[in-house]
Amino acid sequence: MAWLDAVVQGILLGGLYALFATGLSLIFGVMRLVNLAHGDFSILAAFLAVVAVRVLALNPLLALVVVVPVMAAGGYGLQRLVLNRLLGRGILPAVLVTFGFSVIIQNGLLQIFSADSQRLNPGGIETASLALGGGLAVGWFSLLTFALAVVLLGALQLLIGRTAVGRAFRATSDDGDTAELMGIDNHRLYGFAMALSLAIVAIAGIVLGIRTTFTFASGPDRLLFAFEAVIIGGLGSLWGTLVGGVILGVAQTVGAKLSPGWGILTGHLVFLAVLLLRPAGLFAKSRRVD
Amino acid sequence: MSLLAVHDLSAFYGDFQALFGISLEVAEGEAVAVIGANGAGKTTFLRTLAGALPVAHGSVRFGGESVAGRPAHALVDQGIVLVPEGRKIFPSLSVQENLQIGAFRRRTGPWTLERVYRLFPILADRRDQLGTNLSGGEQQMLAIGRGLMANPRLLLVDEISLGLAPVVVKHLYEVLAGIRREGATLLVVEQDVSQVLTVADRVYCFRKGTVSLAGAPAQLSRAEISAAYFGA
Amino acid sequence: MATRTAAVERTTRASRVGAVLGALLLGGLIALPLTGESGLMRMVVELIALLVLAQMWNLLAGYAGLVSIGQQAFLGLGGYALIVLADDLGVNAFLAVPLAGIVAAVFALLTAAIVFRFRGGYFAVGTWAVAEVYRLLVANTPALGRGTGRTLKAVFPLARETRELVTYGLALAIGVVAMAAVYFYLRSRQGVGLMAVRDSEPASESLGVDVYFTKLRVYLIAAFGTGVTGALIYLNLLRISPDAAFSINWTAYTIFIVVIGGLGTVEGPIVGSLVFFVLRELLADYGAWYMILLGVLAVVAMMRYPQGLWGLIGERWDVHVFPVRRRVRLSGPDEAANR
Repeated sequence: MAWLDAVVQGILLGGLYALFATGLSLIFGVMRLVNLAHGDFSILAAFLAVVAVRVLALNPLLALVVVVPVMAAGGYGLQRLVLNRLLGRGILPAVLVTFGFSVIIQNGLLQIFSADSQRLNPGGIETASLALGGGLAVGWFSLLTFALAVVLLGALQLLIGRTAVGRAFRATSDDGDTAELMGIDNHRLYGFAMALSLAIVAIAGIVLGIRTTFTFASGPDRLLFAFEAVIIGGLGSLWGTLVGGVILGVAQTVGAKLSPGWGILTGHLVFLAVLLLRPAGLFAKSRRVD
Repeated sequence: MSLLAVHDLSAFYGDFQALFGISLEVAEGEAVAVIGANGAGKTTFLRTLAGALPVAHGSVRFGGESVAGRPAHALVDQGIVLVPEGRKIFPSLSVQENLQIGAFRRRTGPWTLERVYRLFPILADRRDQLGTNLSGGEQQMLAIGRGLMANPRLLLVDEISLGLAPVVVKHLYEVLAGIRREGATLLVVEQDVSQVLTVADRVYCFRKGTVSLAGAPAQLSRAEISAAYFGA
Repeated sequence: MATRTAAVERTTRASRVGAVLGALLLGGLIALPLTGESGLMRMVVELIALLVLAQMWNLLAGYAGLVSIGQQAFLGLGGYALIVLADDLGVNAFLAVPLAGIVAAVFALLTAAIVFRFRGGYFAVGTWAVAEVYRLLVANTPALGRGTGRTLKAVFPLARETRELVTYGLALAIGVVAMAAVYFYLRSRQGVGLMAVRDSEPASESLGVDVYFTKLRVYLIAAFGTGVTGALIYLNLLRISPDAAFSINWTAYTIFIVVIGGLGTVEGPIVGSLVFFVLRELLADYGAWYMILLGVLAVVAMMRYPQGLWGLIGERWDVHVFPVRRRVRLSGPDEAANR
């Protein structure tokens, strides 16, 4: 029973990982940019929520309403002012600049908030649980998180598949130069993609902050898990990313059951196994691994 | 008054100068052809007009306004639309989505999805298939349709005959002639001289980045064209 | 028509001056122990360690186009290899330093099998992911001291001055060998192939350069150099733990040094290391602000001055202390073409 419980927890955790992963793969798909500060941005959002809770006396879930637009706007500005200037210069500048942002954000958070661990408290919902029978219980919040992930992924799928902006994303991802000739302003589009990515990752960060404690240094692990979920699931497939997240989540929770220090490591090892056996991921649309 | 007036245009393709002082005009409702051998600068010329390459020197006036230096997406707003060399169909988009993306800037005009499907019924049959699953000729129709969806004031057409069988090319040029009859203004770049002259009111010949000949097809002899094309 | 001769020039005036200055500097460093300034000696060891790390990363990213943010894996592996070789296997601690580099290179071979499946940005994250795996594996291994780590005991019998002196000498040797190795590698045929790969993989493949093995070779060399440096660092510090040895901060410092100093030049990392060191001493009391400043400088440098400090100097005055290019010098009527 403990095993089944671990698997269920892992599945629900996977939903959260899928959210982290989606923001990362969205901008990679559209701009071929890997944002090394991706995880740190989510933690930044969590800290902003902490501030919103303290200063505005908001419930953390309501803080979403404040923090997400701020992060989205920040993402748009960041892309247009800084990252757009790095386009066409190969991957090195983008990797180094986003790595620089990671260092700046982490140390900025350390300086402002010290190394204390933080937690967002929405007043009880995060501990309530639902009995599923047979001695199995799941947290309401975990269920909600998973449901939220599915809803957001579904909405994103609709956006990409059915709207003009979504077509623009796909066209630009295929061939940016020709997309410009169709009248698509790449610079604005990238700004919008980054805004969307940071909005999603802000939601993920705040949800994380409710689930568990976090510190200024929690960002990098988020990036790694997001990356692993994307690779396991395969590039180019949103629902594949959800499956990838779930597999990673289950690997981590089952691994932790085996031995407490082995949770995250088991996740890494499963990731490596998938990489070695099916390098394109389980549901890849494209055959490339780049 | 000409719709498009290019004066002394020079452009570079990387470090390499491809155009040396091109001057050219297209009047509203005209179909103008630009012919020339490989490497003569024809595609560079169209791409510069479309905003994909920067104008190094010279002026480009469209509808009386100077448009040199504007980015490609802004030029589509003005009505300058390119059907690119090599089709450049988006592989992740279906046929219908490829057409829809042509209308991204939502310019008003006579061209709609239904009208493009009437012009190219085969596209309607294949509307949900991925754009790159089509044959070469069908992709070319899709590329032209995509261009029309932008409701262009000036349609720039780059080498539609490349890689296609003669009978397909003939059909495409009949389509272009039909579009022309409905009042569209065309600037067509082509290596296949005989086909394009069936559509053109006037023709320019490029050689090594300069205009080597200009005139109406009826007034130019084969020998003159050949000399201008290949060099005397 | 007058005859023209062309000669291929491989040294510059600056390099000849630099060689003299370098020899003088080396002499000074060798004489340093005589002053008994052990604090200064420790700092020199640290500086050399950072310099070698930077040269290795520069080789990878600036010349081979491989942007790795996981080199800390080899630093940590080198450090732990030192402990295992010296304490558990009874190898002389100083001899264990280069051997630790070989251990790191072996792990690099394993690592490459995984990370070479990625390109570009995902390659970078992949190297980080693998470094994390190594860190967690070490942190979960009882024989390696788990999370608390281990102490290098093999050097305890030695007198402190002796240990410090030999460590210092070893550091100097490593520094000189590393600089010479990087310099001569880049000047060699393989080095030219490397720069061709950096500039264009398809083009260099068509010219017969084996891209995969060229990159692998550089990856292994860099891992070796990084592993040796890791062993040196922990020979100096004596105490190793997984969180310190496999910390991403090593990569952060390295990147800063290379970016500020000048990516893709041999002189850049030298300049960068000096700047880094000076900043560190100046801002020692400011904790996190120091790292924030590093990050901001690196971002600004990457955006506005990608050629780094040395690049700015080198371009302005056309100075190359470590020339890796070959210049064609024409004599005869076209001498004016020489610049």
